[in-house]
Amino acid sequence: MKAELQQAPAATRRKSIMASPSFVYVLVSPLFLILLAYVIYPLFETFVASIKVDEVITWKNYARFFSLEHTANLEALWTSIYISVLSVISCGIVGVTMAFLLERYEFPGRKILSVLALVPMALPPLIGVLSFTFLYGESGIFPRAIKELLGLSQVPFPLKGFWGVVVVHTFTMYTYFFMTATAAIKGLDPSLEEAAASLGASRLTVWRRVILPMLTPAMVASSLLVFMVSMASYTAPLIFGIDRTMTMQIYLSRTNGDLDMAATQSTILSIVSVLFLLIMRWYQGVRNYQNLSKGVSVHRTEIKSKAVRYIAMVLSFIGTIILMLPILVLVLISFSVDGTWTVQILPPQYTLDHYLDLFTDSKTWRPIVNSLQLSAIACVGIVLFGVAAAYSMVRLKFRGKTLLDVLIMLPWALPGTVVAVNLIAAFSQPTVFSFGQVLIGTFWIIPLAYFVRHLPLVFRSTSATLMQMDPSVEEAARNLGASWWYSFRRVVFPMALGGILAGTLLAFVQCIGEFVASILIFTPRTTPLSVAVFQRMYSFEFGTACAYGVLQIIVIIVVLFISRKLGGDKAGTAI
Amino acid sequence: MSSVTLEHVHKRFGQAKGVEDVHIHIESGEFFTFLGPSGCGKTTTLRMIAGFYFPTEGQIRFGSREVTSVPPHKRNTGMVFQNYALFPHMTVFENIAFGLQVRKLSRTETQERVEKMMKLVRLEGYGERRIDQLSGGQQQRVALARALVIEPQILLLDEPLSNLDAKLREETRFEIKRLQLELGITTIYVTHDQAEAMSMSDRIMVMQSGEVQQIGTPHDIYHRPVNRFVASFIGETNLWEGTVAGIEGDEVQVRVSSGQILTGLKKNASPQVRLAAGEKVTLSIRPESVMESTTGEEANTVTGAVVLAEFTGACVNYVTSVGDEQLRSMSINLGRPVKQRGDTIKLHIPKESIYFAG
Repeated sequence: MKAELQQAPAATRRKSIMASPSFVYVLVSPLFLILLAYVIYPLFETFVASIKVDEVITWKNYARFFSLEHTANLEALWTSIYISVLSVISCGIVGVTMAFLLERYEFPGRKILSVLALVPMALPPLIGVLSFTFLYGESGIFPRAIKELLGLSQVPFPLKGFWGVVVVHTFTMYTYFFMTATAAIKGLDPSLEEAAASLGASRLTVWRRVILPMLTPAMVASSLLVFMVSMASYTAPLIFGIDRTMTMQIYLSRTNGDLDMAATQSTILSIVSVLFLLIMRWYQGVRNYQNLSKGVSVHRTEIKSKAVRYIAMVLSFIGTIILMLPILVLVLISFSVDGTWTVQILPPQYTLDHYLDLFTDSKTWRPIVNSLQLSAIACVGIVLFGVAAAYSMVRLKFRGKTLLDVLIMLPWALPGTVVAVNLIAAFSQPTVFSFGQVLIGTFWIIPLAYFVRHLPLVFRSTSATLMQMDPSVEEAARNLGASWWYSFRRVVFPMALGGILAGTLLAFVQCIGEFVASILIFTPRTTPLSVAVFQRMYSFEFGTACAYGVLQIIVIIVVLFISRKLGGDKAGTAI
Repeated sequence: MSSVTLEHVHKRFGQAKGVEDVHIHIESGEFFTFLGPSGCGKTTTLRMIAGFYFPTEGQIRFGSREVTSVPPHKRNTGMVFQNYALFPHMTVFENIAFGLQVRKLSRTETQERVEKMMKLVRLEGYGERRIDQLSGGQQQRVALARALVIEPQILLLDEPLSNLDAKLREETRFEIKRLQLELGITTIYVTHDQAEAMSMSDRIMVMQSGEVQQIGTPHDIYHRPVNRFVASFIGETNLWEGTVAGIEGDEVQVRVSSGQILTGLKKNASPQVRLAAGEKVTLSIRPESVMESTTGEEANTVTGAVVLAEFTGACVNYVTSVGDEQLRSMSINLGRPVKQRGDTIKLHIPKESIYFAG
């Protein structure tokens, strides 16, 4: 009757090995090995390529980069920084203002606007830029419509060049500010403001001394993030034809066959990105206002004045339109007949064929299958690595934790272009890490790139879930006689499943939308969806390109919706 | 059921001291409590018994079985965690059945034993409930059932009542004691609440900053505390400084700060105390032993002014200033008039209730 636990004598030796304090290093070493093989080693190979010219070690590439005679590179660096700074400022203004209006005021249209505010997140980078050129570009719908209406000879204010990049950045990246500011404002205890007011502070003083200082950490963190993302931005400069940015220079150097220059540019861009990653980590450690009060209730100020209400209504209507237009225009053009839209305001002829072709024509179906396959394979790796790494970081004690954390976040900080260049540098010859194979030009290089780029996603969502999970739950299972594996399978894994799935789905959509690295390493047989969109655009098959885009957006919206249900708001933080 | 022996167990966390030299033998079927303020090492000691920590030095044995470095899942102890640590993704039934499933019991036996246990903790009919649909007290009972259903050799309870409100705490206290007596299981209970420890335990181990202060029955610990810490941590007490004036036979005369001489008994002294003329001593006087003097004629009667008078219904509590010291007293409300602040009061301290603490 009594459920005795048998103890096999053979287990004693294994037990003594497992109880040894260095056993944990046996567990975490595969994680370090993977990061070494696919992140550090490629980074290092790129660096080697940049300083080794004809088997001689030299710094002349760097001298060339910083040379004052041929300033193309320095100009690119400057332009990248300039664009990034402007993007930070404009994203900050738009994001914080929207967060404040939506969190603190009640006005007609508030609810719909606060849902739609996150729409830009559903746009893969390439698709977002394309829809902007369709809408506001030189041959875009709006400039043409205004030209027709006013009978002008030239299109007015077309979105192009430098400012085009900044506008697209603002639209796609303000969400970083919006989300952190919203969270910060939600966390602001209204009683703090009331306390300040009761101590005699004026409205202005409350803002200056209480609200802004409390929002500063969130603002600084988002600024760094937007700066990093826009330094890494590749699609916007590509489509708007700004060659003098770092990412474009890398791309151009590669296509011109100037490989050591590409390596040099990549290394410099990596250094900038890594620097920003470290600053961000440091800053998050220094300033983190935990809100001390529990159960914060937000009180929204209702707008009473009739005139202001009217203005608010009009503005939120315009906001809604602006946010929805990119998707609407894609849907519209996806029904247009390829090659018929030339100088008209709107495409003149419509058809359903593109959608039928997507699933019936094997030529158009191929990239979809490719993308699904490549992404699925990458996701298996991302999940295995992410869950193991998250569990190790949250539950195990070992030296080198900070290092592991930084190494995992590193690929997230590296621009996609750089990741691709690094992988090319590392795996265009046989290596131990690729089991003696050349990976470039094969099927496997793309899943590897996806894996490297998105491996932090599952790690972050899973570790967030694990951190909220009380460690004594696992101990309870162990106490009841469950082995480590049994309790992981029956208790830890099911409890973390929400977080794991949320991260996995996000990683999956990111893989489906990936363009920046793919464009450098795809082969004709492994063309992924985004590259196919790009190719169709260049052969003026707008309809097919947009149909692909709409498909991507639908997948992304569905997945975001599911992961939000699964992981609550945690999923949002994983991006 | 099994006895538990800790032999000179030490635990250090890096440089920091965790627990120093715990040396105890807990009898089979005993209700044994680790008592102390937070950070005293009581939970660390419990976790070493459960196997979540391994001792830096020393041995742990369950009966004759050496378990010092046996992993937790091979120890067959049942533990109730402070926050219950119930599996939120399982129902009540699944939670309780978990340990039996680990032991690969047949479905019918699992069913039978879980149901029996649910009945024992009065949770019949709750099997399909989700954990978040239960009240705090019910969650507590699921945790208890889950720990008991595996028929552990030892039941470990880590502050199991601290998350309950006062009334429920008392109810659950009786419940735990009843189960322990019915099942006769060796139980180790960790708490910082001396009332809980006193009311439930066969023996108590009082700990402070990683060191064992005293091990004894509740009666011993209350009446014969080995030092000032134990005297003041267990129950309320008045600690008065004094100087031994003389010793006559069994009796000791002590001069206290007011200049008055109080008489105590020689046998009521902690082993650490040296009773000799001229020695400084600390007197521990329990408030409930101090009586309001009716005649003012008894020996050991002190006079003072009431600083604070509390009427709680069942009791009347006074704080009286006597010389430089204050004397707390507590007496059952017998319907006599209650003194007011500032009134003069005569209090009698029976000589057998003066204890010489270290």
